[in-house]
Amino acid sequence: MLTYIVRRLLISVPTIVFVSIVVFGLQLLLPGDPALALAGEERDPQVIAELRRMYHLDEPIWRQYLIWVGNVLNGNLGESIRLKMPVGELVAAKLPVTMQLASMAILIAICIGIPMGIISAVKKETLLDYGANVVALSGISVPSFWLGIMMILLFSVNLGWLPASGFVKPSESLSQNLQTMIMPAIVLSSVTTAIFMRHTRSAMLAVLRSDYVRTARAKGLREPRVVFRHALRNAIIPVVTLGAIQLGELMSGAVLTEQIFTIPGFGKLIVDAVFNRDYAVVQGVVLCTATGFIFLNLCADLIYFLVNPRMRG
Amino acid sequence: MVATTVAATDDTLIKRPNAFRRLMRRKGAIVGLVVIILFVLIALLAPLLAPYDPTKTNFLLVRKPPSAAHWLGTDEIGRDLLSRMIYGARASLQAGVISVMIAIAFGVPLGLMSGYAKGWVDSLMMRIVDALLACPFLILAIAMAAFLGPSLTNAMIAIGLTQTPIFIRLVRGQVLAVTVEDYVEAARALGNPHLRIAVRHVLPNIVAPVLVQATLAIATATLAEAALSFLGLGQQPPEPSWGSMLNVARQFISQAPWMAWWPGLAIATIVLAFNLLGDGLRDALDPKES
Amino acid sequence: MKRVVLPLLALGLMAGAASAQTLRIGLAEDPDILDPTLARTFVGRIVFMGLCDKLLDIDKDLKLVPQLATEWSWSPDQTAVTFKLRQGVSFHDGEKMDAEAVRYSLDRHLNLQGSFRRSEINVVKSIDVVDPQTIKVSMGAPFAPLLAQFTDRAGMIVSPKAAKDAGANFGAKPICSGPYKFVERVQQDRIVLEKFKEHYNAQAYAFERVTYLPIVDGTVRLANLRSGQLDMIERLQASDVAEVKKDSRVRFASQTGLGYTGITINVANGERAKSNVLAKDKRIRQALELSIDREAINQVVFQGEFLAGNQWVPPTNPWYVKTVPSPKRDVAKAKDLLKAAGVANPSFTLMVPTGNEAQQVSQVIQAMVKEAGFDMKIQQVEFATSLQTAQKGDFDAYLIGWSGRVDPDGNITAFEACDGGQNDGKFCDQGVEAALKDTRSTSNFEQRATAYEKIAKIHADQMPRVYLYHPTWFWAMNPKVTGFQPVPDGMIRLAGMKMN
Repeated sequence: MLTYIVRRLLISVPTIVFVSIVVFGLQLLLPGDPALALAGEERDPQVIAELRRMYHLDEPIWRQYLIWVGNVLNGNLGESIRLKMPVGELVAAKLPVTMQLASMAILIAICIGIPMGIISAVKKETLLDYGANVVALSGISVPSFWLGIMMILLFSVNLGWLPASGFVKPSESLSQNLQTMIMPAIVLSSVTTAIFMRHTRSAMLAVLRSDYVRTARAKGLREPRVVFRHALRNAIIPVVTLGAIQLGELMSGAVLTEQIFTIPGFGKLIVDAVFNRDYAVVQGVVLCTATGFIFLNLCADLIYFLVNPRMRG
Repeated sequence: MVATTVAATDDTLIKRPNAFRRLMRRKGAIVGLVVIILFVLIALLAPLLAPYDPTKTNFLLVRKPPSAAHWLGTDEIGRDLLSRMIYGARASLQAGVISVMIAIAFGVPLGLMSGYAKGWVDSLMMRIVDALLACPFLILAIAMAAFLGPSLTNAMIAIGLTQTPIFIRLVRGQVLAVTVEDYVEAARALGNPHLRIAVRHVLPNIVAPVLVQATLAIATATLAEAALSFLGLGQQPPEPSWGSMLNVARQFISQAPWMAWWPGLAIATIVLAFNLLGDGLRDALDPKES
Repeated sequence: MKRVVLPLLALGLMAGAASAQTLRIGLAEDPDILDPTLARTFVGRIVFMGLCDKLLDIDKDLKLVPQLATEWSWSPDQTAVTFKLRQGVSFHDGEKMDAEAVRYSLDRHLNLQGSFRRSEINVVKSIDVVDPQTIKVSMGAPFAPLLAQFTDRAGMIVSPKAAKDAGANFGAKPICSGPYKFVERVQQDRIVLEKFKEHYNAQAYAFERVTYLPIVDGTVRLANLRSGQLDMIERLQASDVAEVKKDSRVRFASQTGLGYTGITINVANGERAKSNVLAKDKRIRQALELSIDREAINQVVFQGEFLAGNQWVPPTNPWYVKTVPSPKRDVAKAKDLLKAAGVANPSFTLMVPTGNEAQQVSQVIQAMVKEAGFDMKIQQVEFATSLQTAQKGDFDAYLIGWSGRVDPDGNITAFEACDGGQNDGKFCDQGVEAALKDTRSTSNFEQRATAYEKIAKIHADQMPRVYLYHPTWFWAMNPKVTGFQPVPDGMIRLAGMKMN
């Protein structure tokens, strides 16, 4: 058991090295020059040359990579060329916001998706099942920015119930914070809710068909007891592993949502950075999300490993 | 991207010859299939169906609501929205389907190889896949599309390549699950060649999860095309795609909401149809369903 | 649009009422670094209007008015300017604003690494403190546009003590002498300023606090104003103007700007220029201009709210050359010109930065020029990439805007002088070159205007760039907000504004 965990942790190291290469490769892929993009209208060749020198952009790419890796290993993610701020500070400021958004979304997804999945599996091939399926499928199918804009139009402009955007820190006012976060959290959760529902449904179906559930039924146990005590317990495990991965997905899925609702989180930071060719920020943020994602995956794998002993071979 | 463990819960799928007949018994799947066929027909017959030239502008009819002459209304520079929707089906279907085909074409063989070869090949492949999956999908797609140059074809390649790791991982996981099954071990014990085992026993078991994943991937790909169009990396104007139409419509959401309705609705419908079909396929290919 | 107020929202409204003396302004982008020497963005300038005073300012007619300098005078040979500074002005940190501080700040603009101001005032050769209230700025040669530069960031004076202490990090907590001082900034979320009570004109500023909130999406920005989250927004979308004008919940303001949007033609930049059909013959470029209906672009894409124009300054600008007006669209004549040039169906690609409006404009142009026989393809390129592509000369034609400068020199020299830093098409004409020199060497209006007329005439003949239209600035605000004065530079000047 312990050796598995250690091995799994060691395996993550090369993954992170590959991530760092991919992240740095982005710089090669993206056309455009950060110094020129920074200057925008004010293209003074002398200033652009100075900027290139300041940010080592005139060095060969492998040297830039080594400089960057060296700095990262010393805990320095570099400096944003556009905001002139340490990337580490930016990440520390944005991470809690996106974490809150993702956590709220996953909470919504769990509260809606899992019960829907259970009902749909138990009432298989009834109107309820079809209805739940259509709702879930719509969640996956509707473009999130379309849903976001439509919700702003309805709830903010026409009804005036909720603010269209404008983030308030929970420490300033929790109620205002929730008011501004609820719509983005719903939009962000739409896909995840659907995924939870579908997976709960299929896991439940598989378990409900299994021998021991049949045995439980044969023993004359009442159906609710069969469903909740026997079936759900077993069905929920793969769904929980999925939850860990989904949390990672949401962190990157927040890109579009944060853009629509102008929530100052990771997603917005990275999109702006890509547009402005602010490589240090792109690299720093991707490295952090990727590392977080790998960690969550690790957790998921560990849970799965504990559950499914056959995989140990 | 969305369902790395899609098939983990039912990992003993075996393809049955009468799967198609069972598929045809599922209402949802039939609805999905019909919608897809309908959209494909629309895309193929676009020149016959479209009432106007989709790029013909009329500056006197800018952003007009639906009317008898223009059933779905007109857009920001006076083009017929119905015609643009019909032609746009081409770009969006292509973007969704072809990019996923690219992902499957690369992902399935690499996944089979990785899962079957095991050892250092597998380890290396999985580390790369983990690394790619860990990076935000859209950022990779943007970078790759920007590198290849702005066009619909390149956008499809970029989306396809960024979706490949999902299929590698899915197939590889499936292969690992299947190869510990008794009948595969038996086949191996009987001395069957590796390729034969891979093709005869392993491949059939990955069809269902790959199909299911493909339906989800088409959804992601269709939406990714919309996002790339927004950055100028997808369909080039004046040719229409639903994604680019939706992005333009955002600007006029309160003055001309119909501009956003149709492409939003169309994207949702086609993605829904693929999902319905995928669901039906999964159930039909599941042996326990008979 | 009826409003249903929930109890939850009512709470929020009460919280809003308690801080009524805060003005909340929605910006279209997140400003960059708040250091006047290193800053580049338009929205950053809006924030500086509250934060940092300048030597001079402009009024709505683009006339120079005093700010930190109360008087200024040119030396007889027009190579130096002497400024008399305002008495008793102090910085937010209590330090005195005097001639030494001005010398320090200008020197910083000229010499700090990565300064974006250097190119604006690099004609300055020496800065001399005459006495504590007098400073003399000397140039090597006459340069009339210099004073206009001091009405913007290059004229902003920072606290020398704070700047020395903070070094390159000055922008994290800028200290100037403006009517508002810096409180805090949350990246991509807000910038908060607080009233500076010791400001020399403090009584003109009603608000205790000003908060700037970047909200990129125009629709969302407007929705925030309507739902009361904001008191004022800048850069309303042209497509929203008609609706906002009718809306009694919102007050509207507009002003023609200083900038333009046009098509830069690659006449001589690199290999691509050799294959570019538009570079072959000026008649083809003239035909391109004649096939475009500028007013129709304005009507279709901007609901007629912008201003069509054929020069680097808008027709309403005092520097507009009235003897060279926009020609009427003439497709027949355009066809004749193409025939005369020997290419009936010239084919070229228009590079367009991504974005909805640019995309619409390019598609409208595509449809128009097609009627004259042009086969125009559209190539969308993300803005950051397009700048590099343009500089390398890898384009036929490039749809690009310029935000505009107070002095007309800032709208043309860099673009049409042979060695201009932004002359992407590498247009070079000795007549234009000589006339540009003339416009810079005198501060006499008539002499400069005559030189600009020469340029306009050559330009209309050579057509290295087809100017299309001039954007209008649109603002929308809560009807309770009064006293806002639109100025062509698109800034929000807080003096005189209040909430009733």
